[in-house]
Amino acid sequence: MATADWNPLGDHYYRKCEVYAMEWSGVVDLAKHTVAAAAYGGPIALMKDESKLNRVPTNIKPVITVYNAAGKIINQIRWNSGTIVKMGWTIMEDLLFVQDDGVVLVYDMFLTFKRTFSMGQEAKDVKILDARIFTSFQGTGVAIMTSTFRIFLITNSDSPRIIRLAEVPDLNTFPSCWDIVVMDRQVRALVAKGRELFIVDQGGQYQKQDPQMDREDVGEYIDMAVSFNNKFVVLFTSTGHIWMGMSDLTTKVGEFDTKSGSKPQHFAWCGNGAVVAVWERIMLVVGPQKYWIKYPFKYQDIHLIPEVDGLRIISNDTHEFLQRVPTVVEQIFKIGSMEPGAMLYEANKEYQKQHQKADEYLRMIMEKLDLAVNQCIQAAGHEFEPAKQKQLMRAASFGKCFLTDYRPEAFVNMCQMLRVLNQVRHHTVGIPLTYTQLEQLSMPVLIDRLVLRKLFGLAILICQYLRVPDAEGENRIRAHWACYKVQQKHMEEDQLARVISQKLLERPGVSFSDIASVALEHGRKVLAVKLLDFETRASEQVPLLLKMGQQAPALAKAIESGDTDLVYTVLLNLRDNLDAAQFYMLIHTMPIAFSLYLQYCRHQNLQMVEQLWEQEDNPNEIALTKIVRSYTQDSLDPRIKTLEDAGNCFHRTGNTFAEKLTEEQIKLMRYQRRLEDELGRSFADLSLHKTMYELTKEGSHHHVERLRKDFKVPDKRYWWMRVSALAEAGDWAELEKFSKSKKPPIGMEAFVEVCMKYYNKQEALKYLSRVLPEHKVKSLVCVGQFQEAADQAAENKNEDELNYVLGKVKVADKQLAETVRGYLAQLNTRR
Amino acid sequence: MASGSAHLSSSKLNLGLLRDFYRREFLECIDRCMGTKALVWDDGLTGPFGLIAEYSLLREHEVDKMFPLRLGSLPPSNVQNVVFLTRPKMELMEKIAQNLHNEETRGGYNKKEYHLIFVPRKSLLCERKLKEKGVYGSFASVEEFNMGLIPFDADLLSMEMNEAFRESYVENDFTSMFYVAQSLITLQALYGTIQYIHGKGDCAKHLMEMMRRMRAEVSGKEPQVMPQIDSLLILDRTVDLLTPLLSQLTYEGLIDEIFGINNTSVKVPLDKLNPGGSQDAGETKKVVLNSSDALFAELRDKNFNAVGSIVSKKAKHITAEFDERHAAKTIGEMKQFVSKLPHLQATRQSLATHTTIAELIKEVTDSDPFIDALRCQQEFINGLETDKVHPFIEDCISKQEKLTKVLRLICIQSICNDGLKPKVLDFYKREIIQTYGFEHIVTLANLEKTGMLRPHGARSYQIIRKSLKLIVDDVNEQNPTDIAYVFSGYAPLSVRLAQYLARPGWRSITEVLNLLPGPKVEEVQQIPSALRKRRSSVSSSQSSTGDQRLTLVFFLGGVTYAEIAALRFLAQMDDVSSDFIVGSTSVLTGDVLLETLAGYQRTCSFELVQQDF
Repeated sequence: MATADWNPLGDHYYRKCEVYAMEWSGVVDLAKHTVAAAAYGGPIALMKDESKLNRVPTNIKPVITVYNAAGKIINQIRWNSGTIVKMGWTIMEDLLFVQDDGVVLVYDMFLTFKRTFSMGQEAKDVKILDARIFTSFQGTGVAIMTSTFRIFLITNSDSPRIIRLAEVPDLNTFPSCWDIVVMDRQVRALVAKGRELFIVDQGGQYQKQDPQMDREDVGEYIDMAVSFNNKFVVLFTSTGHIWMGMSDLTTKVGEFDTKSGSKPQHFAWCGNGAVVAVWERIMLVVGPQKYWIKYPFKYQDIHLIPEVDGLRIISNDTHEFLQRVPTVVEQIFKIGSMEPGAMLYEANKEYQKQHQKADEYLRMIMEKLDLAVNQCIQAAGHEFEPAKQKQLMRAASFGKCFLTDYRPEAFVNMCQMLRVLNQVRHHTVGIPLTYTQLEQLSMPVLIDRLVLRKLFGLAILICQYLRVPDAEGENRIRAHWACYKVQQKHMEEDQLARVISQKLLERPGVSFSDIASVALEHGRKVLAVKLLDFETRASEQVPLLLKMGQQAPALAKAIESGDTDLVYTVLLNLRDNLDAAQFYMLIHTMPIAFSLYLQYCRHQNLQMVEQLWEQEDNPNEIALTKIVRSYTQDSLDPRIKTLEDAGNCFHRTGNTFAEKLTEEQIKLMRYQRRLEDELGRSFADLSLHKTMYELTKEGSHHHVERLRKDFKVPDKRYWWMRVSALAEAGDWAELEKFSKSKKPPIGMEAFVEVCMKYYNKQEALKYLSRVLPEHKVKSLVCVGQFQEAADQAAENKNEDELNYVLGKVKVADKQLAETVRGYLAQLNTRR
Repeated sequence: MASGSAHLSSSKLNLGLLRDFYRREFLECIDRCMGTKALVWDDGLTGPFGLIAEYSLLREHEVDKMFPLRLGSLPPSNVQNVVFLTRPKMELMEKIAQNLHNEETRGGYNKKEYHLIFVPRKSLLCERKLKEKGVYGSFASVEEFNMGLIPFDADLLSMEMNEAFRESYVENDFTSMFYVAQSLITLQALYGTIQYIHGKGDCAKHLMEMMRRMRAEVSGKEPQVMPQIDSLLILDRTVDLLTPLLSQLTYEGLIDEIFGINNTSVKVPLDKLNPGGSQDAGETKKVVLNSSDALFAELRDKNFNAVGSIVSKKAKHITAEFDERHAAKTIGEMKQFVSKLPHLQATRQSLATHTTIAELIKEVTDSDPFIDALRCQQEFINGLETDKVHPFIEDCISKQEKLTKVLRLICIQSICNDGLKPKVLDFYKREIIQTYGFEHIVTLANLEKTGMLRPHGARSYQIIRKSLKLIVDDVNEQNPTDIAYVFSGYAPLSVRLAQYLARPGWRSITEVLNLLPGPKVEEVQQIPSALRKRRSSVSSSQSSTGDQRLTLVFFLGGVTYAEIAALRFLAQMDDVSSDFIVGSTSVLTGDVLLETLAGYQRTCSFELVQQDF
């Protein structure tokens, strides 16, 4: 009978079923242990409790043992730190130990020490009395109560930031009970001081609460419990009164009088609908509206673990689960249920027996068959026993046959989920998840938890079965496997590297650098170097190589990647950690590293660039750098000194031409200073040509002459310079005088051009007659005498010149254009 | 589809997709700071960002103010966030640090949050610089926004890194190549893996290796996108240094040479553009140049000598269309005319603009200096007069013409002569130093490092010229039959390489390739079989002309508009069964290229900044 273990509680039913027979049965006596178990079917930690042994207190450190949910031992250690006040699990299944000095130690489930953090100086100074480990919006939090009755807490054990809660007024003794409530991203503490109840928060506020009770005289609050989702709170008074309500304590859900004067041994919520109180021989389930169930109890010592949808009960021999019967299960199995699902289930049963009743049942629900199928599928999810799951799935499958357009995803998904759930529930794995819990936890997290338990094989099989993409499924698991593998000290590093690369190479998404850094943490440097060689992402590889002191390979890999920033990361690290000679030696062998370091130096300081080139023994580059640097210097003497150095460098390479040029520049600069002294204006930074130009404009011809001789300026350029400068200065007389010097190296057309540039046609005409016939056409065009230009071109019998003139003739002057065309025609016919 | 980007999606490859991708990422990036914000822009970024996100869009995302990044202090504003957008350059960090210091003294720290976004990547050195200046801690966040390839047009992507050439070939710093590799990976994430990769040059090889590594790093997470680009051709600028030095003769090329195109827009003197208007002389108008303007799309790649006739034909055509209104008798006809009116007016406006620009260009191209320089260039590329000091260059120096003009000519001579005789080289050097200043000894050294200027070496130019048919006589500038029309008789070497690659393949020109500097790169990237294109027949991949392949030609170190024009022309040629899109570290001219090589640049850039401040 499916409903045999159901008990009614008001409108609902509760059922308690055995999940495991504990493997520890006969070995472990819970009475002698403090127990901490993780939610979502997590592992159980036992600490042998000296105080429970009723002997004289000894200094023997307790033994800590971790079991899986089926009581299979995972690991055991003897504690070797301070006095433990509280232990508990984080949502990442790490085990936290809160010591009386406020230090929290973090272990993984294999009892390997991970890290530690402190709950603050005050806690350390005054010691702590009690602690709570709770699930916050950010992860797992820890709250402590100091011997001065102050509460400090952190909300995330991964990045602890200590928050002090407001003080409860006049709290001079240890509160009769207290707990932590997380509401709206706010963590508050609920503290009972005798008959008074306070909520204290992070903002320094405290609120006195007075939950409304049916009776006045209920005594003191002696116990309390917060529901799994933090929405509900239950209070237990010294008169045996239970008050259930929302966690803001203003809304009451129910009240119940147990008539028990003693505080229950265990007091916890079962899901969100009922509260369980356990005394020595009785377990009471209390629902709202004063309904209750009483379970007679065989066991002396138990432990309760609240879950999102129920309560796990661990004893010396069994592991049971108490839950409200899920609605859909109730709909199907409740006696006399007429729900479609129930009918379909019956129909299938009859069908198996080959009874015609099957057809009758089916006809009754034909319109709601899809609902019936869904109910059966859902119900199957909530069943623990595979036999029952199968029956329900068969019923669903049977009903499905009569539907024409039913989408099979729900059915297939449930099959997959059940298969996974049954696998992880197996006692060797020991994760007794319900379907509801799995939905909360999500499949990736479940897979992570399997990885955490080092069940790599099962995790990979599940990923393959569920077709999780390789990158986030199988390959990731293999990477975790490798991280675990590198810690196995008994294997040779060579062999390990080979085994790991075999399983992981060619698998995208595997981070070899992560594995290598684990290897490094465990002091296996050779292995780390080997593994790191497989890493494809230079940005991961290089920093780790640096950390391992593998400078040259780090630099080589950084260069290979082409990522400049990475190269700089290595270079600057090397520069700070190696002595200069070593550093230069290293970058000397790597041209790209050298060039990049050079770029860096260019931005910092040009002298550093010179030093670098000095190391490379490249005087040519030193000289060029010095020249650039000379332009950054302010006064003349250092500039000249720098240039002289540059000249010497050119000399060293045998670049006599550049040396000469440098010397000339120095000479020019010295001359420019003399000019400055003499003429009272600056010629600094002007080129030789411009200096001469400026001087010519001013009429300082003797200086120009001197410079011309000293620097051997070619005649042609000298003439151009002089003509342009005189024209610009408007010194037409001097220009004319100059044109009459003997043997001008440039033609008179230059004079015409320059005059026209400064719009002086009159002057231009002076030179026109002296332009040689072969250059005359352009000059004539230049002064605008197009007719004459055309005639000249015709006289020269030059087709190009005629075309040139034609191109320049203004569009309006049609007559002239005709003339030119005429000339062109003549020229062509004559040919 | 976001507004104002329709022209990006008109080609074979929908580059609007890339633009939208950047747009989304950028908005996400700035949305991370809550509340009103002021953006402080590095000047080098305003242009490119203008192409992906317009101001009105930014306003919707609570951008209240925009400031240029300057030395000194920020203009006062009452925004909640100040976001600096900057390239990872040391000199810019200086400005940011100063801005922040001044903000601090003003006491703005309490009220505002400061953010820093590096484009395209964070840089360790810059962050260190900010730490040294003691302002790094003032930033609430330091992010990077990886905008590499900026879609300029339907077939043109640029990274706007003018310095890439100097850094890669002079300073041996391949940071920009790393950015290129990252951008190409992003591109492949959007448009699928490019199966065939060819390349020539040291940087091409370097780039190829980086891409291979990056692909390995993301293996397992490859984009499942049907490949849309069939092959990639990577060309080092050093493979063809000659082309960018020559005067471009296409319409767009000339606009760039004369006015300078900046992020697809050009500033044209307004008084010329709008005769009779009341504007002051010297004022300019910004004209956007892209294929959304149908007239410009037609003109841009034409040889300038062909532009005049097209413009006048268009002018006649549009007048005729306007005249149709007189012929319109019925209401229906009138209605039809009116519906065409906005389009006609836009065309007329564009016609007016381009007529003016063309006139301005003609003034230059008809001038003696331009024609003489062109003649000199033509002589050189034909291998004439290259072995002695050229009198025209001498004259140019004497007349103190622009240094870039002189250097361009000397470099052309050097390349066409396979290097200059020591005597000639030394003469030029001394002339330049005496005329333009001693600091150019560094510029000249830089030119020698890139190979643009060098002492006499092994003969190769003549062989390359002949076997690749670089010189084409009798080109028809109006109706061209060969890419040589873009330089009126010279076919750009880079584009010839693309042409030979498309057909018949590089194997036919192995010897020439060996003469060009740098290694040859060939690579086939595996594409999952499910994403492979099905070819109609295995034997002849080029037989069906309907099935055009798409090639991305990527220039490392810059590309000119003339080369882009040549590639566009190539795609239309019958015997080339490939379409092209062009990517480059920047779009530039010979002048810009040489300016980046100026040796004293770093030392005076600071003064320049102060001046314009």
